[in-house]
Amino acid sequence: MSEYKVPTMAEMTSSGESPEILFWVGCAGSFDDRYKSVTRAFIKILNKVGVSFAVLGEEETCTGDPARRAGNEFLFQMQAVANIQTLNGYNLKKVVTACPHCFNTIKNEYPALGGNYEVIHHSTFLQQLINEGKVSLKGGGSFKGKKITYHDSCYLGRANNIYEAPRKVLEALDAELVEMKRCRTKGFCCGAGGAQMFKDAENGKKEVNIERTEEALSTGANTIAVACPFCMTMMSDGVKNKEKEGEVKVKDLAELIAESEGL
Amino acid sequence: MQINATLFLNYFSRMEYLPQILFLITLGIVSFILYKRIARIRSNIMLGKEIDLKNHKSERLNNMMLIAFGQKKMFKRPVPAFLHFLIYFGFLVINLEVLEFVIDGLTGNHRIFAPLLGGVYPVLMNIFEFLAMAVLISCVIFLIRRNILKVKRFHAKEMTSWPTLDANLILVIEIVLMLAILTMNASDQLLQLSNEHYPDTGTLFFSSNLIPLFEGMSEGSLIFVERFAWWFHIVGILAFAVYVTYSKHLHIFLAFPNTYYGDIAPKGEMRNMEAVTNEVNMMLGIQTEQPAEPPAEIARFGAKDVNDLTWKNIMNAYSCTECGRCTSECPANQTGKLLSPRKIMMDTRDRAEEVGKSLASGGKGLEDGKSLLGDYITKEEINACTSCNACVEACPISINPLEIILEMRRYVAMEESGSPASWNSMFQNIETSFAPWKFAPTDRFKWADELKED
Ligand code: HEM
Ligand code: SF4
Ligand code: SF4
Repeated sequence: MSEYKVPTMAEMTSSGESPEILFWVGCAGSFDDRYKSVTRAFIKILNKVGVSFAVLGEEETCTGDPARRAGNEFLFQMQAVANIQTLNGYNLKKVVTACPHCFNTIKNEYPALGGNYEVIHHSTFLQQLINEGKVSLKGGGSFKGKKITYHDSCYLGRANNIYEAPRKVLEALDAELVEMKRCRTKGFCCGAGGAQMFKDAENGKKEVNIERTEEALSTGANTIAVACPFCMTMMSDGVKNKEKEGEVKVKDLAELIAESEGL
Repeated sequence: MQINATLFLNYFSRMEYLPQILFLITLGIVSFILYKRIARIRSNIMLGKEIDLKNHKSERLNNMMLIAFGQKKMFKRPVPAFLHFLIYFGFLVINLEVLEFVIDGLTGNHRIFAPLLGGVYPVLMNIFEFLAMAVLISCVIFLIRRNILKVKRFHAKEMTSWPTLDANLILVIEIVLMLAILTMNASDQLLQLSNEHYPDTGTLFFSSNLIPLFEGMSEGSLIFVERFAWWFHIVGILAFAVYVTYSKHLHIFLAFPNTYYGDIAPKGEMRNMEAVTNEVNMMLGIQTEQPAEPPAEIARFGAKDVNDLTWKNIMNAYSCTECGRCTSECPANQTGKLLSPRKIMMDTRDRAEEVGKSLASGGKGLEDGKSLLGDYITKEEINACTSCNACVEACPISINPLEIILEMRRYVAMEESGSPASWNSMFQNIETSFAPWKFAPTDRFKWADELKED
């Protein structure tokens, strides 16, 4: 048996408990091989700090974001209404998710359909843990002095004005944060939002993720930090395309924290 | 009656009233044309669907003060922002002088404010001259940036001959108008020396340098030059006002309401389609709290033509300055795809104009067999959008090209089932496996097993 527990909402509710937070895993976090390791890193952190949390497990389904962005409002609303029925069946306090698209949809778009929750992205949650001293990163950890660049996710940044939380998390690692020229409000998309993740790009001169990866590589950082499953895929593909996967790693914030905590 | 008629005749028989009458007629004609143009633009904007934006009044006012009056977002690019600020500020202040022009023109006075303001008047005139020079120089630099430095965002596929000419014309016209003010002031200063009809303005900082050009002219010639410049300036301004309604320069007025009605919600939020919610609730057998009103007849899901957009979308299009800041930050455009958010706005305006024009002449209007999506904007363009909001963030006057793109995708997906094949498979995956990828729903929680092995 592992030391890490992953209770579900159903289990906790039937034993009369209501957890502090619901961790919304998202489809990428559940199925994508690379992103599952982010899910696991986050679970380890949750276990370590001892917050009471639960996941939906098999009860969770796609928020509907890609359907909505691709124009299929029917499908989006079918998904949304079903998820809201599930969520409203539990006594929810706070929803935390590592996916900016799930975050945006549940936070901004579910209220119009009867789903009102306090939703925060894991970057904000991690920042809170650091501020509260629940995660104390010992200075001189494995990232000290290393160059990290942060790629803004459109759905965190421009869509929801979250620019600082991820950076605060990285600063806590004692790493040297080097910014790309296009960052924060001017952050350049990875190319996957708006359901682009699920189709080939239109004809053009270049792939968006290659353009962005080149910019990230030009900072000289050996870690590209991301906070979104789609950015993770696009940037990792970009780094592979540039044959730099030996020197440069693409990592999610949760993975970086878990790593420096030795989890 | 008799007396009135005599007075009337007397009035007209005296040549000195001729300029006033001419001015009144000019003003009347221009007002009429402007009235017609504004009414047309208004009705074109109203082609769009109703949307209630009466909420958040103080937040909206605040946005307008900061973004339009305060030019807040312009200053993300300091050089053009500074030059533009000079033109913008100059325009606001010089308009005070236009007020004097209009009163003078109607009453037959010359510089009616001069005796009223006394010593302040020459100071004001000097300030106006400084601003006129600032406007003039800024316009020259803008011309250089466009035509010699060829700043990239001004040159793109959608910047065809008319938008390019329009941009240059505006700058040239403003330069010429400013030169008219300076010429008028120079000849005026010479006339002040010999003719008490011309109130003393003192030596004006810039135009006094033009005096040598006119020295030695007879008084008659000077009066001609001064009057010519006066008429040129005021008629020029009035004609420009009409021109503006056909031009991207309409932003000088529409920037204000446009920022007022700009989006308040987080940029990531897509507006819910109530019509779909009703159907979904019915399908799922969910009882809604409101008594089921007969759902309003929905013409169409999503947007195919301008009337499927909201009036705010169309007002956005009329406000667009064609500056290309949006396009220059669009990831799709910057990697060579056809999509350009600026073009989306320009197409929307062109289509609204086309429909409005046709309707006004008794034509078929929206039923002319054309539509915004298809004849102006292609699927290839809208499909390339990553919904990254860079265009929305970049726009200095709160225009939202993304909303139009997404409404068109809704039309394509729901009315035509014409989305790209891989999107259709993604839809199918969500329907059958509740995830955009084809995985068994029962595998959704497998990641936890793997964790337990850690
Ligand atoms: C009310 C008086 C205004 C005047 C006389 C004015 C004048 C001008 C002129 C002459 C240009 C052309 C610049 C060029 O060719 O590069 C321009 C562009 C522009 N104006 Fe205005 N403007 C006014 C108000 C505003 C307001 C309130 C806004 C809102 C922020 C605004 C935003 C813009 C933008 C975004 C451009 C494109 C600028 C660029 O190329 O970066 N203007 N304006
Ligand atoms: S939202 Fe779409 S149109 Fe706007 S900048 Fe991003 S990709 Fe371009
Ligand atoms: S939409 Fe805004 S940013 Fe884009 S060209 Fe028009 S005014 Fe400029």
